[in-house]
Amino acid sequence: MEILVQQLFNGLTIGSVYSLVALGLTLVYGILHIPNFAHGALYMLGGYITLTMMTSLGLHYWLAIFISILAVGLVGVLMERFVFHPLRDSPPIHDKIAAIGILLFLEAFAQFVWGADYRTMPTPYDQVIHIFGITFTLQRMLIIVSAVAVMILLYLFLKKTFIGSTIIAMSQNREGANLVGVNTNKVAMMTFMISGGLAAIACSLAAPINLVFPGMGQLVILKAFVIIILGGMGSIPGAIIGGYILGFSESLGATYISNDYKDIIAFVLLVIILSVKPKGLFAKEGH
Amino acid sequence: MAAIFKQRNIITGLVLLSLVFPFITQNEYYLHIMTLSFIWMIGVYGLNLLAGYTGYLSLAHAGFFAIGAYSLGILTVKAQLNFWLAFILACLITSFLGFLIGLIALRTKEHFFAIYTLCVGYIIYLVIDKWESLTEGVRGLIGIPAPSNIGPISFQTALSQYYLVLVILLLVILIVYRIVHSLTGRTYIAIRNSEDLAQTIGISTMKNKLTVFVLSTFFAGLAGALYASFVRFIGPDIGSTAITFDLLTYLLVGGLGTLSGPIIGTILIVWVSQQLQFLQDYRMLIFGPVLTLLIIFYPRGIVGAFTGWKHKYEDKRSKNKDIPNDSLVKSKKQVKEG
Repeated sequence: MEILVQQLFNGLTIGSVYSLVALGLTLVYGILHIPNFAHGALYMLGGYITLTMMTSLGLHYWLAIFISILAVGLVGVLMERFVFHPLRDSPPIHDKIAAIGILLFLEAFAQFVWGADYRTMPTPYDQVIHIFGITFTLQRMLIIVSAVAVMILLYLFLKKTFIGSTIIAMSQNREGANLVGVNTNKVAMMTFMISGGLAAIACSLAAPINLVFPGMGQLVILKAFVIIILGGMGSIPGAIIGGYILGFSESLGATYISNDYKDIIAFVLLVIILSVKPKGLFAKEGH
Repeated sequence: MAAIFKQRNIITGLVLLSLVFPFITQNEYYLHIMTLSFIWMIGVYGLNLLAGYTGYLSLAHAGFFAIGAYSLGILTVKAQLNFWLAFILACLITSFLGFLIGLIALRTKEHFFAIYTLCVGYIIYLVIDKWESLTEGVRGLIGIPAPSNIGPISFQTALSQYYLVLVILLLVILIVYRIVHSLTGRTYIAIRNSEDLAQTIGISTMKNKLTVFVLSTFFAGLAGALYASFVRFIGPDIGSTAITFDLLTYLLVGGLGTLSGPIIGTILIVWVSQQLQFLQDYRMLIFGPVLTLLIIFYPRGIVGAFTGWKHKYEDKRSKNKDIPNDSLVKSKKQVKEG
């Protein structure tokens, strides 16, 4: 029983991180219909920037995260401007290849600047807490709380502010949004900014309980793709729910099935889903 | 007519050059690199058939490459099978798995297909990495034999292996050439340009896509089996996505959906990589942006850009000569570009 509760808690932690990454991915997909393979590289970049700010400049954890959000958001905007914007009218295969090119570049860049070593990120919140018979570090609690807070903020931003509703309008119908006077270029850039920021938050929160290395984004991005297919490409609640489903199934699978194959669970899940429903679980009907 | 002779001359020249290459350079290392590039080319042709001509970007290609390599390795090292029997079996196993995966994967389209195959590729990699009793896991398979003799011909030397790979490569190119210039090839291009339209004019898209997918995995398996017998050691890394991205870079630089693209792209990148060996780990600092810039400015790679210029030049000349039949020129151009 105790193991189960502990694993559910772990699932909640991992799920929060997955949800944040998947949210960024699904926002971009909703607006531009691009599967951004480079999103994992943004995630990795966010971790490294936070780490550098903390170790070499001696900044506080939260301040470092803030700078990292801005920096990675900026990289996202540049990506949209210089790569995806010029490609908006080309066949879909081109976007994917361009995104892969960016991914390869950013990974090599991280390795060039920070080296290939695995690094640990210090955290001011490494106290151990015992409640209700389960043991965890404060950092894990922090991940869950901040992730939920970010999700609520994002929801309020999208639903209650004017800028937020332009994003939703554009994801519903790009031309329609353009007709009623929404500056689609601006919205696209802002979406990339938010998407990059979310990746930076996710990685900065998760890095203290994992490690920081150039390839750290690869698995996370693949799983984020699984999540947004699970929850419907472009759907925001879908990304959140999907993230937690995957988090729980992984932490439970690791305990009760096999720790070696725990990374495979997500992909097997995806292969089964796409085999039964080729357009994803909550896809809109019709051609 | 003159153009055909010119093209034919170029092809004959290139084949002759590749035949005498081992005698021009006595450097064993260059021979090794060249053989490796030929092996990669076979894999890239498989990818080209699927991504370039049919428009389906498969990111599981390295996975099938690894299945081919590991089938050969396991069958020869662990099951002690005759080399050529194992070689044929390796190709068949890969194609069969490709058939099964294709049946499901091809129900998905565009982004879903890319993501699906990316995940399939990762599953293949993880299984190879973790299934230690069969694949030896991270330690890798050691002691894969070189191709055994066919009658009096032995394949123990680097030179003979070079020719073996070259002959297989030429066969692959011939097959791809025949496919692309047949009705079947046109069917694939029709599917790439618009799947709905192709279906409307009575093309069974699923059957055609499945055929291409199996062919593409067959080439990947063939390349993998050759790789295993040439390098004699394989690790799980050959199935990683990094290899898929390498193959994709070769194809993109040469020219997506062109016949000579895989040759030019592979040779160019492999040689440039050899020259830039001091930045082995960082080569993606250069190739990553190159990939992105190419797809923005020259989506059909070097070959595509070259034919584009050639057509422009020819158009200009024909315009000066007489009044060109515009629609005819356009349709001719389309046929040429494929």
